[in-house]
Amino acid sequence: MAKFMLSRRRFLTAATIAGSGLALSGCDVFDALGDRDSTVRSVIESANDLTYKAQRLVLGREALAREYPKSEIRQPQRPNGSTDPDDPYYRSLVASNFADYRFEIGGLVEKPLSFSLDELRNMPSRTQITRHDCVEGWSCIAEWTGVQLSRLLDQAKVKPEARYVVFKCLDTIEESASGGIKYYESIDMIDARHPQTIMAYGLNGKPLPVANGAPLRCRVERQLGYKMAKYVKSIELTDSLAQFGQGHGGYWEDNGYDWYAGI
Amino acid sequence: MLDEIEMRPRLDAGRPPAAAAAPEADTARRPLVYRQSAWTRLTHWLWAISLFFLLLTGLQIFNARPDLYIGQQSGFGFDNAILSFSAANTDKGPRGYTTVFGKTFDTTGVLGLSGKGDDLGPRAFPAWATIPSYQDLATGRVIHFFFAWILVATWLVWLVSGILNGHIRRDLLPHGRDLRRLPRDIADHIRFRFHHTRDYNVLQKLSYGGVLFILLPLMILTGLTMSPGMDTALPFLLDLFGGRQTARTIHFIGMALIVLFFVVHILMVLAAGPLNELRSIITGWYRTDPPAPAPMPEPGE
Repeated sequence: MAKFMLSRRRFLTAATIAGSGLALSGCDVFDALGDRDSTVRSVIESANDLTYKAQRLVLGREALAREYPKSEIRQPQRPNGSTDPDDPYYRSLVASNFADYRFEIGGLVEKPLSFSLDELRNMPSRTQITRHDCVEGWSCIAEWTGVQLSRLLDQAKVKPEARYVVFKCLDTIEESASGGIKYYESIDMIDARHPQTIMAYGLNGKPLPVANGAPLRCRVERQLGYKMAKYVKSIELTDSLAQFGQGHGGYWEDNGYDWYAGI
Repeated sequence: MLDEIEMRPRLDAGRPPAAAAAPEADTARRPLVYRQSAWTRLTHWLWAISLFFLLLTGLQIFNARPDLYIGQQSGFGFDNAILSFSAANTDKGPRGYTTVFGKTFDTTGVLGLSGKGDDLGPRAFPAWATIPSYQDLATGRVIHFFFAWILVATWLVWLVSGILNGHIRRDLLPHGRDLRRLPRDIADHIRFRFHHTRDYNVLQKLSYGGVLFILLPLMILTGLTMSPGMDTALPFLLDLFGGRQTARTIHFIGMALIVLFFVVHILMVLAAGPLNELRSIITGWYRTDPPAPAPMPEPGE
């Protein structure tokens, strides 16, 4: 028994050695995982495909994200990303109060369409009080009003081979060596046809402000905020995301974020 | 050598371990027993690896929004934060601050503001505590979710195997006898007096059981509550935890408790004999105390 008894000194010595070992093992040894072209990274990223498939399995096609009572609207919707684009074309639209703005639907549709803001406002609308979850970790509850995307897609008659809706935006999110990069995003047809997926022109009972994506932004309530493109100019139906941006399906996806953002 | 030794000296088996009969070398009087099944050892190390990456990428993710709130949403137009990290320029240069329940502490160098030389900058948790060491939310998330899947899969494997092979019932669930021993067991631990037997002592049962049956499921569920997709699939999660932001706060507190468990766990391994403890969780074999001379005051202890 005495053999197992440990003197306090021996214990403290051992604890100190172990503790200093932990402190020395800095975590920059794992910085290589930030390299998006490595094989290890692509293996680790495959977990997102698993998450996407698992959530599609447990999520009913029509299952609605929680809608909150009006009492939960306690603050203005927090703007993030681009909040005041200075693109000349966008400024000209703001100057005319979006009178010349037209929202376009193209790509794999039988009938390419375009709508003025008034035309969209005169269509049947959906209003929902939902929680906006940012990838950074914060949440904000607001009331959104707009046209269901499925209604617009039905009018344009989507071709059966279409797999994604790509949102093309008016704002330059990044100035790169080869010129400005415009924000873009994409979702699958299940989210595109989801009843809560709307092209929103109203926020908390007022016209959508510039900071939150005027004149038109997307709401995809079962995913994170970066999927919900602001300042949307047009949407394109496509069967492949390869020809857009760097081919990962969105601006943030091209910068290492997961394409499926239901988590 | 191993086959000479009683594999399972179950102390309630009514006979002393075979090795005890031979008054030979000290090692012979302290029999090796097969203590940890392959399932236990495999899941232990999968958890160790997963929790390492989950912790350090979790702190990376947290650094993107270094505030914890109570409720459905984050207060920008009102205040529902209970913990915040921040940095500010002062007369004494840049300082880092930690605010807990409205009380602010200067935590420069560790929390709020850290880094040496050019690397000095505002970050809630320091570079050495995050993966990657620099700010990279995308990579932090990708690694976090990968190991979250491993953790969940490992937990399910452990649960099923533990039920089927009796590990959970036999080794982890405290019995009435365990609970009666609790005061003595605490007193023994305080004095660093460890009993090396095949069976876990009651504090081990309570701490392992607490982590595996309460903390890990709590981490998984609060993690899922932060997912807008899972909130739609399982809306009761939001009600169970009182909102997405409360769930995020609970997730953080659960992390802190797992870290506390880890620190105590490592200290106990060091104090109880690190080589013997490590051998048992790698090979399964554990050297036990020599059987106490008869008559034992409390057979089976």
